[in-house]
Amino acid sequence: MPDPTPITEHAVTEAKNAALAALSAASTLAEMKAARSAHVGDGSPLAKLNGELRNVPGDLKAAAGKLVGEARAAVARAFQVREAELAAIEEAAQLAAEAVDVTAVPRTWSPGARHPLNLLMEQIGDIFIGMGWEVAEGPELENEWFNFDALNTDADHPARSEQDTFFVEPVSSRLVLRSQTSPVQIRSLLTRELPVYVVAPGKVFRKDELDATHTPVFHQVEGIAIDRGLTMAHLRGTLEHFARLMFGQEAKIRLRPNFFPFTEPSAEMDVWQPNAKGGARWIEWGGCGMVNRNVLRAAGIDPDEYQGFAFGMGIERTLMFRNEQLKDMRDMVEGDIRFSQQFGMVV
Amino acid sequence: MRVPVSWLREFVDAPETLAPAELHAALVRVGLEEEAIHSFGLEGPIVVGQVLEFVDEPQSNGKTIRWCQVDVGTLRDGGSATSSGTEAAAGGRDIRGIVCGAQNFVVGDKVVVTLPGSVLPGPFPIAARTTYGHVSDGMIASARELGLGDEHDGILRLAELGLDPEVGADALPLLGLDDWAVEVNITPDRGYALSIRGIAREYSHATGATFRDPALAVASPSRRPSASSGSEPAPLPEERGARLEGSNPVPVTLADDAPIRGKQGCSLFVTRVVRDVDPTRPTPAWMIARLALAGIRSISLVVDISNYVMIELGQPLHAYDLDAIRGGIVVRRAHKGERITTLDDHERSLDPEDLLITDDEGPIGIAGVMGGARTENGSSTRTVLIEAANFDPVSIARSARRHRLPSEASKRFERGVDLAVAEPAATRAAELLVELAGGVADAHVWQVGAISEREAIALPAGFVNSIIGAGFTEPETVDSLSAIGAAVTATSDGYSVVPPSWRPDLRDAADLAEEVARIVGYDRIPAVLPTAPPGRGLTREQRLRRSVAQVLAANGHTEVMAYPFVSEPQLSQFGVTAAAIELANPLDGAAPYLRTSLLPGLVTAAQRNLSRGLVDLSLFEIGSVFLPDASALAKEVTLPPGAQRPTDAQLTALNDSIPLQPTKIAALILGDVIAKQPGQPAVVAGLADALAAVDMAAAALGMMLTTRAAEVNGLHPGRTAAVFSGDVQVGFAGEVLPSLALDLDLPKRVAVMELDLSLLLDLAPREVSSHPIATLPAATQDVSLVVADAVTAGAVLAAFTAGAGELLEHARLVDDYRGSGVEPGTKSLTFALRFRATDRTLTAAEATEAKLAGVAAAAKECGAVIRD
Repeated sequence: MPDPTPITEHAVTEAKNAALAALSAASTLAEMKAARSAHVGDGSPLAKLNGELRNVPGDLKAAAGKLVGEARAAVARAFQVREAELAAIEEAAQLAAEAVDVTAVPRTWSPGARHPLNLLMEQIGDIFIGMGWEVAEGPELENEWFNFDALNTDADHPARSEQDTFFVEPVSSRLVLRSQTSPVQIRSLLTRELPVYVVAPGKVFRKDELDATHTPVFHQVEGIAIDRGLTMAHLRGTLEHFARLMFGQEAKIRLRPNFFPFTEPSAEMDVWQPNAKGGARWIEWGGCGMVNRNVLRAAGIDPDEYQGFAFGMGIERTLMFRNEQLKDMRDMVEGDIRFSQQFGMVV
Repeated sequence: MRVPVSWLREFVDAPETLAPAELHAALVRVGLEEEAIHSFGLEGPIVVGQVLEFVDEPQSNGKTIRWCQVDVGTLRDGGSATSSGTEAAAGGRDIRGIVCGAQNFVVGDKVVVTLPGSVLPGPFPIAARTTYGHVSDGMIASARELGLGDEHDGILRLAELGLDPEVGADALPLLGLDDWAVEVNITPDRGYALSIRGIAREYSHATGATFRDPALAVASPSRRPSASSGSEPAPLPEERGARLEGSNPVPVTLADDAPIRGKQGCSLFVTRVVRDVDPTRPTPAWMIARLALAGIRSISLVVDISNYVMIELGQPLHAYDLDAIRGGIVVRRAHKGERITTLDDHERSLDPEDLLITDDEGPIGIAGVMGGARTENGSSTRTVLIEAANFDPVSIARSARRHRLPSEASKRFERGVDLAVAEPAATRAAELLVELAGGVADAHVWQVGAISEREAIALPAGFVNSIIGAGFTEPETVDSLSAIGAAVTATSDGYSVVPPSWRPDLRDAADLAEEVARIVGYDRIPAVLPTAPPGRGLTREQRLRRSVAQVLAANGHTEVMAYPFVSEPQLSQFGVTAAAIELANPLDGAAPYLRTSLLPGLVTAAQRNLSRGLVDLSLFEIGSVFLPDASALAKEVTLPPGAQRPTDAQLTALNDSIPLQPTKIAALILGDVIAKQPGQPAVVAGLADALAAVDMAAAALGMMLTTRAAEVNGLHPGRTAAVFSGDVQVGFAGEVLPSLALDLDLPKRVAVMELDLSLLLDLAPREVSSHPIATLPAATQDVSLVVADAVTAGAVLAAFTAGAGELLEHARLVDDYRGSGVEPGTKSLTFALRFRATDRTLTAAEATEAKLAGVAAAAKECGAVIRD
């Protein structure tokens, strides 16, 4: 007669309880690992009992198997649950240990900034790009013909004096630092196919001493549109659209008669600032008009077939209107990083 | 242009209640820009007083004051109850005790008294106050205190102005001190608006008020051409008088033998003689007040009258002392070396381009600019010769600029004076000399030169609307042009328009279109958004430049925009600059050159920030530099005329005359790039940061740039790299030479870089070369190569990479070891390598084979030995 099977209910329960007791005694993952090895792993009482199953006679096999299987499953489940608990506890402890003062974490990146005048010129370019226009550029050191003669500016016009415009040595070279971005318009008309719709933002130079309201180097944007049938109504429409995108939907445009050599009729444009400090008012924004026929002729365009409008405004002024707390032009040119950094990447 | 409203009202009907802001608003509508409002700043009660008696009271300070009893009229309600002078109420008179410091009056003089409660400009409120032991119950005013002139040596005695008003009368209207003026800016095309006449006309355009032309109101004297004349006299209109017999007391000859730009310097010269004038008579108060409001100081009656007529009609006049003129008048250009002493007692040397008024003895005036001292009218003048001439704007502008004499006269001539107003102005001045100076005017007005007829401008029907787009009606067009004084006649296809004599600026149909729009109103122009053809967006260069700026700014660099003006030392601060373009008229004589590098501007900005306590800086700028081309600069460039397209050859020549102006990008970094923080030591700026800026710019352009050791003027010889794209040098990066940094008041360690952005944009790939991404496993290995100290890691890496072939996906220097185990004078460079094939999983043996191929190449090129 074979040995009676060691798989008794008592033996199984004892092994199971011993395993569960060892598990509950374990308070760390490492202790639990040791308990698992002793009570679940190879050579553990439950494993041995399980090994005995092959010796159990057929008629008793099912019951013994069930007995051992249930015990092993219960133990495994208990270990699984406990492992998750201990892992969570240990993770929490680790996270707690790693906690830092998030307000004092070292920062290795520090903010830079674009210059708001450049950002504004780019934004203006984008506005006109959105209308199908293009952004044109030209040299800052120009030949007088492009800066004056082509723009219908008489040889004796006061702007051509050494009091107003920077000339290059020797003067016979006829080079000037452009006093307006209009030479770009002439270059556009000379080189592009009609119709032409371009804006030219850029740097210009006039002989003013730097003070709170003047700077010898400043920025303008000028626009020119030459097509068939353009009128002052199109000029006003363009300016109104532009003004709304610059100053808000309530912006309005007022045109007042004025005089510029390169336009006829000419107008001064005022923009309505409903939110101006000190009350809503008209502010002078720039000059505009219908391109003088002589300017078209200088670009080889037949003024009886094509006509159009042009406008120009100061970028510094525009920035000051949008940001009324900016009072001093010097802040814009001195390169104090605090000036650009208050704008950062946004204007 | 300042416009006293009382003067304006003489020629146009304005409402009694017209306020300065309303007048401004009306003038703004027709294109006269508002500038300012002017008044005397006086508030009553300011009254006529009569000095009844006074006592001279010497003071301890050596001054003698007068304690005066002044009758200021009948007692008024609320009149002074504090009067401490002679008891008032003698016969209901208001007698005030007033302390006065002046001595220039006698008992019985009528004076201006500012009573307590009145306000003088300042504002300076007048109250009864105790002074020199008396309560002074008001003040006796001087001319200066009232804003009537500079006279402050004594009080204003009304008799001096020829006035004998009732005691107690309000002095403000009496002296014209209740008037006010608006100031408007006159654009250079509207010379006629530099006159009350012109402004009154504009006010009438703006409001529809009735305008009365003062030039037509002047009584016509008999008029005749000058006896001696350089040109044919204009035919005289019948209504202006008949030809008279007689001889011109001062024959005038126009003899401009060197016209500027083909235009005669003087086209018209009108003269009138007034005899037996008394120049010592006072200028009437109303005239002084109006001139003062118009911004002109009263000088003497004769001068005041000529100024008054100039302001009123826009015609500059000159009044000569006829007895000082020798022989006849010749209008001619100056001779070389000729000199004149002008009215302001300056002796000036004349330029052959200056147009002169001369007599037998030489110059007696710079035409249209300033008269000469020799023939100046003065207190002994008995016979006045009035000159009302018309001079060429360009000639006058050049003389005024040359002599730095921008006068009221030159301002008007430069903008163009109405030819037809010369004679009425001379006549008006003569009338005033008769009326106010007691003179007798010669019967004749003499004229040399001609009033040229204006040519008609063809205005096709519909032209105005084709320009303005406002749907103006035909009657609006005709009425507007008629209103500005043009003669409009209908033609088969539109109108023929003869502009008025005072509008030399109206030359073509576009000018007329502006006038119609101006008169009907710019507000009528609707807003219509034009449709541009489909655009192409920003150009590649524009997009990339923005991208470069954004990347730098996003990585801690702050953009600045410096002036391009630099000094000679700045020119050679960094890099080698052979030459620079110099300005002929710099603002700052110390910085006359145009920059060839952006770095001097960044240095200046850094210095400014440092001086303001900002010590950690990372600055950048993108901007043009100016490269001289000596041969181009030396060429004398002839400008083609405007209003026509230059030939292609001319355009090429113009463009060739313009120096290269590449766009550069530069950065300057100093101080800490990472600040000291808990657990984080400070990281001080150095070459690495300059190179990082280079890499950022390159990345934004889709480029890989490489570096080689280099020497650059002003930079640390051991810490400077030339930056290359392939074999093309595109810039440099480095640390500033410590001694130079010290000289520049910068910290010892300053990193800079500068790249030629225009060149980079040329070199940058037009399209990205892209490949499928290999997903097979990579094999990673390290290799350590021992090379001599002097061999650069870059050279080793380049050789190794070339040798290892296509399987090497990535190689990076991770260590530079020197010390035990490595021969002195050599170093061990360790590279981390990643190998990958695109078609198979790489075996370790294949990776090793590729590595050894790389080692072999490095051995060959750099003498590298693999370190086991």
